[in-house]
Amino acid sequence: MEEYTLLGSKPTRHGFGEALVVLGERNENIVVLGGDITGSVMTSLFKDKFPDRFFSIGIAEQNATTIAAGLALSGKVPFFASYGAFCALRNADQIRISCCYNEANVKIGGGHAGISVGPDGATHQVLEEVAYLRTLPHMTMLVPCDYLEAKKATIAMGEMVGPAYIRFGRSPVPLYTTETTPFEIGKALVLREGNDVALIACGALVWEAMLAAQELAKKGIQARVINNPSIKPFDVETTVTAARDCGAIVTAEEHQVHGGLGGAVAEVTAKNSPVPIEFVGVKDSFGGSGDPDELMIKFGLTWKEIYASALKAMERRDKGSVGFRRVKDVEQYIG
Amino acid sequence: MNVEFSDITFENRRRTAQELTEIATEIRRDIMKMLVLAKSGHSGGPLGASDIFAALYMGGVMRHHKDNPHWSGRDRFVLSAGHMCPVQYAAMANAGFFPKQELSTLRQYNTRLQGHPGRDMGLPGIETSSGSLGQGISIAVGMAMSDKLLDKTDHRVFSLTGDGELQEGSVWEAAMSAAHFGLDNFCWIIDNNDCQIDGRIREVMNVYPIDKKCEAFGFETIVIDGHNFEEIMGAFDKFIENNQKGTGKPTAIIAKTYMGRGVSFMEDNFKWHGNPPNEQQAEQALEELV
Repeated sequence: MEEYTLLGSKPTRHGFGEALVVLGERNENIVVLGGDITGSVMTSLFKDKFPDRFFSIGIAEQNATTIAAGLALSGKVPFFASYGAFCALRNADQIRISCCYNEANVKIGGGHAGISVGPDGATHQVLEEVAYLRTLPHMTMLVPCDYLEAKKATIAMGEMVGPAYIRFGRSPVPLYTTETTPFEIGKALVLREGNDVALIACGALVWEAMLAAQELAKKGIQARVINNPSIKPFDVETTVTAARDCGAIVTAEEHQVHGGLGGAVAEVTAKNSPVPIEFVGVKDSFGGSGDPDELMIKFGLTWKEIYASALKAMERRDKGSVGFRRVKDVEQYIG
Repeated sequence: MNVEFSDITFENRRRTAQELTEIATEIRRDIMKMLVLAKSGHSGGPLGASDIFAALYMGGVMRHHKDNPHWSGRDRFVLSAGHMCPVQYAAMANAGFFPKQELSTLRQYNTRLQGHPGRDMGLPGIETSSGSLGQGISIAVGMAMSDKLLDKTDHRVFSLTGDGELQEGSVWEAAMSAAHFGLDNFCWIIDNNDCQIDGRIREVMNVYPIDKKCEAFGFETIVIDGHNFEEIMGAFDKFIENNQKGTGKPTAIIAKTYMGRGVSFMEDNFKWHGNPPNEQQAEQALEELV
């Protein structure tokens, strides 16, 4: 198993922007639509390299999304990127009808996601789009954990057929995956083995889960850390296996605790292997201005909450009914 | 009520006004038959736009192959006003895209003729799902961009919106972009019957003047009587001429129509926007539509 160590720090949006150039070189049908903030969401890299395949649509996300559907229905592979607040929710109906119902090959990149945007404040800190997008038929929804995974995920979505969305952030986040770390749409990846509690995270919270696991290890608790970048399609097997092996789960995401990764994990475990789950995320509130780091602390999105939630989930498991025990414990109990 | 659909179809070629009038009457008859069988659906708009659809599909305006609907050289039509699909279905059936008998399945379970067009059902000639107003026109702009700016073909894209639909702000985003990208291969048809479900356009939310808005947005704007085939064909001819000249301006055809055209008790009555005829009303309508 690959050992994951901190290699540096880089924003996921760089991975998105660089991947578009790679895709543009591989496939002449790749086109990119700009929504005025092309520098911020890094589509400017593609614009500079392939000006004939870049179209500025201006500040009109509904139109851009639907134009993208028209381009896709004509055989192109259009990417549209803006801030997630505006290209996942303002255009929600366009994504639903023109992209998903049509099964149009539209790719959307939602930048500045989560509260780590920082000073821009609540209007720009999208915390709800994962919940919406993962309910849409035909949609693929990805939340990469670091720069390199963002690059791989963007390339993968550009090479699959069908509507897809990728969520990325503005601020630098820890970089720890490598060129050899596998990425596949529909697959989660175990970053650290352990059978005492499972920490399932996406995006910037994956590294926080790794830090929490290190602290838990000091208490003799071996946490399994799972990076789950593919919210939809969802890797049922990895989550259910973790539920059966560990009997307690913590989910962690830079998103509302309702309906996102935590919701997906809860649905899957409730059906296949119910275990106590603690949810780390934003608790039904809007964001606000501040430094990214201080906001992550204020909104409870650090390793400390994951650590505390792990202890709580394990306690609930151990004090709970037999049905909440680990498979191995139940076997012992039966005898 | 015993409803039968004829199996006569019409080839797509330049036609006289008399021929187009006969075809439009057949489309209207089919619409009434479809709706009385479906027991739900929109009567008024489809009857009002039948003349435009006769010209588009069977008057030689659009280039299409009924036997090869995905023909790469085709012109595309995007119905932005998805609720008006009975007229598109009837026109396509009369143009030979699929058997006319299938019109009897409108709005029924598992039909290819969904209540609002669903691309997933695979009806030949349906380019996109539509029904959420204001989106089709943007899709059409995207297709026109693909044709003119990327593939550099001579294909044309037509899209029809209603006039109530102009209240959707994203329509004007699409209009802005069509002119911005110089899409002289894009023809926007506005079915101006001055009715929407709740009443007259200017009472529900005034969108007039439509012609001045289109001009201001950079369109070659042509206002026509949408029931006069000389004016209909003249407008389409002008669009094609502008496209061939490469004027760099998209065309807007504002077609003044009457909702429910051809059926006396439906004509210009917004109460028929979203309702089907009952059997007795359908019989009367078919007696009038000859």
